[in-house]
Amino acid sequence: MSDWPLWEVFVRARRGLSHVHAGSLHAPDAEMALRNARDLYTRRQEGVSVWVVPAAQITASSPDERDAFFDPAADKVYRHPTFYDVPEGVQHL
Amino acid sequence: MSSPHPTAHVDYLLAVADDALVNAQRLGWWISRAPQLEEDVALANIGLDQLGQARALLAHAGQVEGAGRSEDDLAYLRDERDFRNVHLVEREQTDFGVAMARLLMVAAWQSHLYAALRGSTDATLAAVAAKAVKEVAYHLDHAGRWVVRLGDGTEESHLRMQAALDAEWPHLEELFDGSFLDPALVADGVAVDPATLREPVLSTILAVVEEATLAAPRVRPAVGGGRTGRHTEQMGYLLAEMQHLTRSHPGATW
Repeated sequence: MSDWPLWEVFVRARRGLSHVHAGSLHAPDAEMALRNARDLYTRRQEGVSVWVVPAAQITASSPDERDAFFDPAADKVYRHPTFYDVPEGVQHL
Repeated sequence: MSSPHPTAHVDYLLAVADDALVNAQRLGWWISRAPQLEEDVALANIGLDQLGQARALLAHAGQVEGAGRSEDDLAYLRDERDFRNVHLVEREQTDFGVAMARLLMVAAWQSHLYAALRGSTDATLAAVAAKAVKEVAYHLDHAGRWVVRLGDGTEESHLRMQAALDAEWPHLEELFDGSFLDPALVADGVAVDPATLREPVLSTILAVVEEATLAAPRVRPAVGGGRTGRHTEQMGYLLAEMQHLTRSHPGATW
């Protein structure tokens, strides 16, 4: 059964939070992958919702492209909203 | 109406508890041996659910008995003839198809049993059943999915799943035999008459068997006796493995 496909598992810890990548597993199909994910990644009450995604369906950035992808953002401080004065009394900004 | 003998109440709790305990012990065998790491963990989780049910029920049985025996005393210091589990759960299961066929049967049985026991007049038993019913729903789902995948899989997996079903089926009837049970326990609402669960349990199992394109085996029921302490040869080996540490090192703790 070494030919079982790989699945990536995303778990939402609480209502209101996003699903976060938790790890990966092998399973013969999506339904079994979901159940394996429940057994492997939520057995200590880590989640209220689980997604499984075929690993082959994920298109990822390559480490080789890291400079071209991410470095140009490094010196653009004006993209960070740090130049505003926050009015007094605003609690939820 | 005569009130049930206290021993009958204890025996009934032991019957339900020992099925779970021995089932847990057999499921534990699969850890490191299942077809895939993921299945190792799944079967370990299911086994631990079963162990949890057994612990709660054994602790309660010890209290009802009133002789000062703890859950550990009951699990580790009883001899074979004092165990009340059915033969279905105690036999070796070294074939994955057999393990899934058996888990399907045990989980179907426990699903209906625990659902009914939620209304038991024994409040502790009812509370354990209410918690366990959610756990065994997952066990039933897990076993059912494997039986369907193997039964409706390749020609080879179909043949082996059918053989597994044929091997386990004769031991199904023992679950529905209530002859060990004091009728006063049923009348008092403590216990559920196992015979009344026969149809719903069979219909749950048969729905999976049909979806799996398998055939319900036409076999004669095996001779039972587990509920009165008469076990198969393999029970002794199981207990030797399960109990030897406690018996060799009395009072040992972590």
